[in-house]
Amino acid sequence: MQDMSRITELDLRGEVCPYTFVKTKLKLEELESGEELKVILDHAPAVENVPRSLKNEGHKILGIEQKGDNLWNVRIRKA
Amino acid sequence: MLGGFSEEQIRRYSRHIILPEVGGKGQKKLLSSKVLCIGAGGLGAPIIEYLAAAGVGTLGIIDDDTVDLSNLQRQVIHGGNVGKPKAESAKQFVNNLNPDIEVKTYIERLNANNVIDIFKEYDIVVDGSDNFATRYLVNDACVLTDKPLSHGSIYRFEGQVTTILPHKGPCYRCLFEHAPPPGMVPSCQEAGVLGVLPGIIGVIQATEVVKYLLGIGELLVGRLIYYDALNMTFDEIKMRWNKQCPVCGEEPKITSIQEEIYGDVCRI
Ligand SMILES: [Zn+2]
Repeated sequence: MQDMSRITELDLRGEVCPYTFVKTKLKLEELESGEELKVILDHAPAVENVPRSLKNEGHKILGIEQKGDNLWNVRIRKA
Repeated sequence: MLGGFSEEQIRRYSRHIILPEVGGKGQKKLLSSKVLCIGAGGLGAPIIEYLAAAGVGTLGIIDDDTVDLSNLQRQVIHGGNVGKPKAESAKQFVNNLNPDIEVKTYIERLNANNVIDIFKEYDIVVDGSDNFATRYLVNDACVLTDKPLSHGSIYRFEGQVTTILPHKGPCYRCLFEHAPPPGMVPSCQEAGVLGVLPGIIGVIQATEVVKYLLGIGELLVGRLIYYDALNMTFDEIKMRWNKQCPVCGEEPKITSIQEEIYGDVCRI
């Protein structure tokens, strides 16, 4: 049984597009379908780009939270 | 390390990883694949160049020729290496382009005695040779050892390219049962060739190899693209499995690689 409550975290502070998406995608490939990933971003354009690209690949965006001036958490459920 | 990729690899292969059809998984497949390139000449140059750039982890390069100034009109990977063995020159090019790639060089002619042993090491063979003897040897060895083959050939302003999955589709002999008799076609040096022509055909071959390794798209199996640079046309010729094919037919005459079948027209 996979543990659905486990949340993997990926800290992408300092990373820019398109590597924010590339790294998120690589991390998701390591997870099981249905698992949740939290990505930490500080590159503003990525907050739009990453969720859009992830949706294109079928993943679900559970939420985008602004945590500070230039800090966001994006929560994703793997397709 | 993320998904088994170094920081440098993530950047190098990012445009592949972004593609839904490739991803990290596909890129890892490429990195663990082994491709044999027959010839490092006109066709071999773009084949080697793009397979190396794509991150095909192991490239075998067989060529017994050395770089000549007259090659540089089309063989774009050999700059500055006149006089060097082409296989060594190609290896140097690959090492500069992508240090991830392991290159195995064979500075020898492909022949009836070494072909089976060399093919064994690879997932797919790309034929960039320029003579009928090698072309038929490669086709027959691929059919007999069940090895996928990308075939390409060029002549003056025209090129042809197809992909052979032995016993799943037709082979080169299904369409052209035997080589034309010596003297019917000008030898390699006499024919002349438009310099960009092998670039087009070789890049199509590299495309097919990458697709095969990734398991995506539709391969040129049972189809031969005939390209005419002067008229800028791409025609597709349907190829059918020939029941009477001497190597992949119902009662094949060629059941092993025998030296005497393959004449010696000219070098790779
Ligand atoms: Zn055949």
